[in-house]
Amino acid sequence: MTRESASERPMLEIRDLRATAKPAGSSAKPAGSSAKPAGSSGGEDTPILKGIDLTIRAGEVHALMGPNGSGKSTLANVLAGKPGYGVTAGKVLFEGRDLTAMTPEERARAGVFLAFQYPVEIPGVSNMYFLKQAANAVRAQRGQDELDAIEFLQLVREKMKLVEIPEALMNRAVNEGFSGGEKKRNEILQMAVLDPRLAVLDETDSGLDIDALRIVASGVNALRAPDRAMLVITHYQRLLEYIVPDRVHVLSGGRIVRSGGKELARELEAKGYAWVAQATEGRAQRAEGERGPSGPEAAA
Amino acid sequence: MPNETVEQLARREYRWGFTTPIEQDVVDPGLSEDVIRLISAKKGEPAWMIDWRLEAYRRWQKMEEPHHWANVRYPAIDYQAIRYYAAPRQKAKLESLDELDPELRRTYEKLGISLDEQKRLSGVAVDAVFDSVSVATTFKKELEKHGIIFCPFSEALHKAPELVQQYLGSVVPQGDNFFAALNSAVFTDGSFVYVPPGVRCPMELSTYFRINASETGQFERTLIIADRGAYVSYLEGCTAPQRDENQLHAAVVELVALDDAEIKYSTVQNWYPGDAEGRGGIYNFVTKRGKCAGRRSKISWTQVETGSAITWKYPSCILLGDESIGEFYSVALTAKRQQADTGTKMIHIGKGTRSTIISKGISAGRGQNSYRGLVRIQKGADGARNYSQCDSLLIGDECGAHTFPYLEVANSTAQVEHEATTSKIGEDQLFYCQQRGISEEDAVNMIVNGFCKRVLRELPMEFAVEAQKLLGVSLEGAVG
Repeated sequence: MTRESASERPMLEIRDLRATAKPAGSSAKPAGSSAKPAGSSGGEDTPILKGIDLTIRAGEVHALMGPNGSGKSTLANVLAGKPGYGVTAGKVLFEGRDLTAMTPEERARAGVFLAFQYPVEIPGVSNMYFLKQAANAVRAQRGQDELDAIEFLQLVREKMKLVEIPEALMNRAVNEGFSGGEKKRNEILQMAVLDPRLAVLDETDSGLDIDALRIVASGVNALRAPDRAMLVITHYQRLLEYIVPDRVHVLSGGRIVRSGGKELARELEAKGYAWVAQATEGRAQRAEGERGPSGPEAAA
Repeated sequence: MPNETVEQLARREYRWGFTTPIEQDVVDPGLSEDVIRLISAKKGEPAWMIDWRLEAYRRWQKMEEPHHWANVRYPAIDYQAIRYYAAPRQKAKLESLDELDPELRRTYEKLGISLDEQKRLSGVAVDAVFDSVSVATTFKKELEKHGIIFCPFSEALHKAPELVQQYLGSVVPQGDNFFAALNSAVFTDGSFVYVPPGVRCPMELSTYFRINASETGQFERTLIIADRGAYVSYLEGCTAPQRDENQLHAAVVELVALDDAEIKYSTVQNWYPGDAEGRGGIYNFVTKRGKCAGRRSKISWTQVETGSAITWKYPSCILLGDESIGEFYSVALTAKRQQADTGTKMIHIGKGTRSTIISKGISAGRGQNSYRGLVRIQKGADGARNYSQCDSLLIGDECGAHTFPYLEVANSTAQVEHEATTSKIGEDQLFYCQQRGISEEDAVNMIVNGFCKRVLRELPMEFAVEAQKLLGVSLEGAVG
């Protein structure tokens, strides 16, 4: 079983993952650190993820769908190690390593990439410089040489074509004054340059018109590769017309309540989230009954 | 931000905190007319200079330390506990730089300042001031070829007495304020620059101030005159040993620009800031002012203030000549328990005068950072314009940022714009960088440098690199 199973080892393996979000405004540790802040001001941590099981193998693209507040973005943030979330149970293995024990930058350097739903502006820092710093940080981890200015420019120019980014955008400050479409294209450019093993795309389609959506999707498709896994998070089936997933999962109330092939996305579009929510409620109640009472159901 | 902030700041090292073991010529602590006469005698000053000092002293005695308006807190200073003169013992007159005490040469090498003209660093001439005296000035001869005088202040009194007498106190009068008056009475050394008409100074001039002796104040005096159509760029840097007591640095800088002249004055201030508990550090109480005396003259102040326990300074421009221009670009960083109350004054007197103020305040640890700026448009300043932008960046939640803009407009044709922002290095920004593989510390540096970019680009190249590094060092461990 040795050789085959090694190549079959999942890129990402999530088992019974439970996570909480800290109340907005309280200062927080990265989601990875197990220490719970003692007496954090302003209220209780809210349970959001209530037992996620998910396995993604190299070369696969999985879609994660679900209504607002179901925990989609929380899962993305927990995977990337965003401060403000606490992992309370379960495990997250990335190529066999415990992801939750790593800092956000360690995860990034190991090959975990998050395309942000709301890319952040950094005034005064040029987009090109930022990308070069990031690329060299990631390359150093992989034992690759630092790229000099000319090599880097060549690499970036090649990748810029993927998402039709003009040179002018590279000389502006990171995301500052970018349109919604430019921000999302910039995320995919970063992904192309950083060459991750696991890419998590958090609502990359939100706020895009149809032309921008097409450009972003074709950029993502060009980056599909046998040694890369992707988790595409979306609210709508529309994106999945362009990025066709191998598997579709539906998240509701902090659990994956349904998984299937790409046709599940269409079914969902036709029947609406209420359909899965109903199916879920019965299951959730049964589950709570088994485990005893838990915190409020409200999910951010 | 996590709670490690303070502990990590405490561990932050000040890399310039060493002392130089050298035989010294010092006067006993205390201030009196006798001490002033002694300082003057040590420098062999003319009689008018002694009288000028004593007049300043008499005015100072009637003045009160300004404790009420500046947004800084410190215990009363005992002016009788300070030494007003300390100098390394060396040959009275150096024939050449080779005769400089090797210990002093090593000190400046450790600070990264080369006094070796052979190792000419991209054309920077250096005046090295050690405690109360200038110990070396490089490239004097080469500058003299262009008619430029660049020498210690005490030497200028003999070399160009008319110029000194004409301009000393012409921008910052003896009784201007408490600390300026004190400086006028007891100032020891500093730099003097005169650039003759139509001459563009071929290299950057710089003064490196080093406090070494304990219990000693440093009171330097700098006077720069750019004659008609002249141009000069001047840089100053400063460091001091790490000590538990506070030391006073009360300098006065006067700039005079005649018709069509331009002076660019840049400071990278890195005095010892004290430790995490607020012990020690320099009190940097400085008066800097430039007079755009001539038409179309220009004075530009650029400062990067990362050191000192307390910084109190307002490099200002008096825009007297028609169409003259004043600029102020500032980055002030307060970490640990540092306090800064800094800004500028732009006094528009001439017609069509213009001024620009760009201030970037960064607060970390328990630092308190205040911008205080005055824009005054006088009655005759037709068509005067000012643009001010004051931005504050907070790192952590135990620090503070304050903005005190003052605006006095007495001419209806003037245009004045003021913009201000306050932001916090967001966890979102840090996380975004980290998610791209950039470490938290590099991310903070990147965000801070981005924030300061508009100011840093005004500095001469080597200084800008230095300043960026310094900001990085000063913020080491500011987030955890």
